[in-house]
Parts: sequence; structure tokens; C-alpha cells
Amino acid sequence: MNRHLISAADLSRDDALLVLDTADELARISDRPIKKLPTLRGRTVVNLFFEDSTRTRISFEAAAKRLSADVINFSAKGSSVAKGESLKDTALTLEAMGADAVVIRHNASGAPHRLADWVRGSVINAGDGAHEHPTQALLDAFTIRRRFGRSSNGPGPGGQAGRGGTLDGLRVTIVGDILHSRVARSNVILLHTLGAEVLLVAPPTLLPVAVDTWPCSIDYDLDAALPKSDVVMMLRIQLERMNAAFFPSVREYSRRYGLDSARMAQLPERAIVMHPGPMNRGVEIAAGVADSPRSTVVEQVANGVSVRMAVLYLLLGGAEADQ
Amino acid sequence: MTHVQPASDEPRAGSKTVLEQAEIGRALTRITHEIIERTRGAQEVVLLGIPTRGVPLAARLAAGLEQVEAHPVPHGSLDITMYRDDLRLRPARTLGRTQVPADGIDGKIVVLVDDVLYSGRTVRAALDALNDLGRPRAVQLAVLVDRGHRELPIRPDYVGKNLPTSQHEFVRVLLTEVDGQDAVLLGVTGGAGGPR
Repeated sequence: MNRHLISAADLSRDDALLVLDTADELARISDRPIKKLPTLRGRTVVNLFFEDSTRTRISFEAAAKRLSADVINFSAKGSSVAKGESLKDTALTLEAMGADAVVIRHNASGAPHRLADWVRGSVINAGDGAHEHPTQALLDAFTIRRRFGRSSNGPGPGGQAGRGGTLDGLRVTIVGDILHSRVARSNVILLHTLGAEVLLVAPPTLLPVAVDTWPCSIDYDLDAALPKSDVVMMLRIQLERMNAAFFPSVREYSRRYGLDSARMAQLPERAIVMHPGPMNRGVEIAAGVADSPRSTVVEQVANGVSVRMAVLYLLLGGAEADQ
Repeated sequence: MTHVQPASDEPRAGSKTVLEQAEIGRALTRITHEIIERTRGAQEVVLLGIPTRGVPLAARLAAGLEQVEAHPVPHGSLDITMYRDDLRLRPARTLGRTQVPADGIDGKIVVLVDDVLYSGRTVRAALDALNDLGRPRAVQLAVLVDRGHRELPIRPDYVGKNLPTSQHEFVRVLLTEVDGQDAVLLGVTGGAGGPR
């Protein structure tokens, strides 16, 4: 693995499987009375959040704390960023405090990439603009693998961690606002790496430029796509980013691209419904669908902690390769 | 960053066999009886093997105990990777599996099982890992081979074979479940080969 995790494209197939297998083992810690490991004792993880976030920040914080790392939370509000400090100066401040890893969320695409040149520690992208959100893609892949029974259940020979499978042959349909979605981009890359077939379904106005170069297919008709899907991933309509007329009205969007109970009935029997959260109930996903047993929304949050523990362990747990 | 797999599983050239399959079997049988004697019938015993090769050894001891005492003896595995004191000296390691029997370890006599006892650091890590899982009444240690050179105040309760070695030698245990054959090999490390 690279020293940083900035894009899902940083992960080879073997790297991605290693993260998922490690997460499988770490997920078992959460069943124990003492949910803590001493592995990252004395290491410092800085959560650098320039954009609002609940679940990602809490998830990274819980993951780092379960590995006994020290966590410093930094949010742009109420910090010197509000006084106009640049990203570089903030980075140098963190560097002076001795951060071993910086988890960054920023509204500008590419901010984590720039940061990686300025700090010595590992940089983990927790969402940059409309670019990428690799740990979300990892936790989605982890959730899919578990639901389809492809994770490492039994121990391998001699109690070694078992090796879980890939997502070969699974059909994943990602629906909604692809244009503004960092989750979609990371998922397309990672799911393709792991062997799944990805289909994007969105109104043409919500597809990014050059989407035809992505390793996936594209459709505009949700009803045609559903019967052929093993996984449906509904993306949030980012109302705060809807600064142009991408669709006539929320109601019309919901009627054509929202997942309601009638549409869910068209899915194959074993298919699951995912959502990265936070959900707009009644817009892209109906409440009845979000709360159905097919929905993995709550599971995704729980899996997020295990997957982020795996990422932190693999990036920080050992010696650096170049030493 | 590359992730180091456990040391090569191939028997190295230039090594000699110090224990054959039959001798390993006899050593385990003797340990079985010693466990029964020391724990007065192995009623409260839980066997936890340390991956990789401690796990099949724990399973074999459990089967032996069950045969003699006619009651099942729970066994499992205890991965110590996250508790190692040398994590930062090497790239991140692949994790093993921790599988504790359903009844847990509280109030039980836990027998840790490993293939080779050397510096004692693995056992130290295992004791820390146990601490996070529960509070056993007692912890004992069974090893197939004790090769000496302790770096910590740790001693085994049950030993298959005491094998005086020099630090330039390596001891490799092969087990059918993992390696396809049973044997203990002793050889000289070529150059900087690290101990396990």
C-alpha cells in the first residue's frame, strides 16, 4: 500500500482485499467487552475537517481511539482558518505538533493531494470536494462482501485470517447525483478494481464530464436497471450544491429516480439497498425502503469503524517501507 | 508499503530433522497427560493456540484430552499481532484470527499453546491479549519446542522437547494441517535471517 490514501485508485486489488480482510478481523473486536487494542499507542491522528461531517469524523475518531491512538479534532469553524489561515500554514502547524496521520475533509478537490507534500505523516482523504472519498468506498465494498457472504468467515489453515473473496460478477447500480458525488467516483474505481460491474443511473444533467471514460456503464432509466441489480446504491441529492437547474423539481426527480417500495419490489430477491447517508427521506429514498431489512444504511455506519481501523492500522501500524 | 507474510514456510536446505512425526505425537500425548495431572482432570481448561502453528497444536491437544477424559475440552486461537512489541520494526503484518470458545475464559484455566518458545515476547503479547478478553483463573503455557534464549521472565509449564540451540540457528516446526507434514527442523541461518 502507499503511505497515503488519497484516491481509491491508490489501492491495487491485493491492497483492497487486504484492507477488507483486516477489517473482517477487526470487526470482531466490537463484540468484545473491551473494544480496544494497544496497537497505535503513542501515535497521533489529526482529524482536519474543513467541511461539516458527523459520521465520517466520528467514525475516524472511534477507529483511532479503538487502536489507542491520540486523536486531535480540528474543525475549520472556530479555528484560525476562520481568520484566514491558509491550508499550508495549517499543515505546518500540524506538522510541528507531530501528527502521524492527518485525516482531511476539504471542500476543494485535491486538497489532500497538496497536503501530502507538506506533512511527513500519512494523509487519509475523508472526502475532498466532488473528487473522492476512498474510505466510504471501502466500507461500501466491505458491506457488500458481508451481505453476499464473501467475507472471510472461517479461519484459514492454522488460524490465519481467512481470505475473503472479491466482488466478481456482482452488479452494482449507483443512482442519483453522480456529478457532485465523491462517493460515486471512489466507488466506481474501487468496485471495478474488486471485479464488480458498475452501472450509473442519473439524469444526464447530473453526470460529470468525461464519465464515459470511467470503468462503468451508464443508463438513464432506473426501472430498466433495477431487475438487473444485486446492489442499488442511492446517492443523496445534495440540495446545498443545487445551484443550477439540474432537474425541474425535487418531486419530479423523486418520481423518476427515487427508490420507493414499488421500485424495490422489482429488485432480485437477494438484492440490497445502500445509502452513504445522510438520507433525504422521501427524495431519493422512501422511508419504507430505508427502514426495510434490505437496507444496509445502519450496517454501513458500523462497518465504517472497522474499515477505518484497518486503514489506520495498515498505514500506521508497521514500519515505513522506505526505511 | 509491502506487507510481510509470515516467514517462508518451505523447509530450508541444510537443516536436519530433530523430531519425526512419531516423536511429535508422543510428545503431545505426554503433554496431554501432564495437563490432566496438573489441572486435575482438565475440567476447567481452555486451550488457546497462537497462530499460525499453535492453533493446530491446540486442536490436537484438545482432541487428546477429550479421548482420555471423555469430556470435550474447548479450544480456540489467540492472535497476538496487534499486541506485538516489534510492530514498528516491520511493515504492517497481516492479522490472524482470534476465536475464543463460546463460554469465554473467565474463571477458566487457559493453556496457551505455541510451537516454539524462544525470546518469550510472543507469550508476553499473548498475556496482554488475554487481559483484554477476560480474567482466567490461571494461565499456563505449553510449547512443542523450547529452544532457550529467553529475553523475558517467562517459563513454560509443558514442554514437548528442550532443544539447546545457538542464536545462529533456526528451529522450524512443520505440521500436517499447515505444511502437509509433521517434523521439527534445526538448521543454521544464512547471514541475517531473523529469528521468529
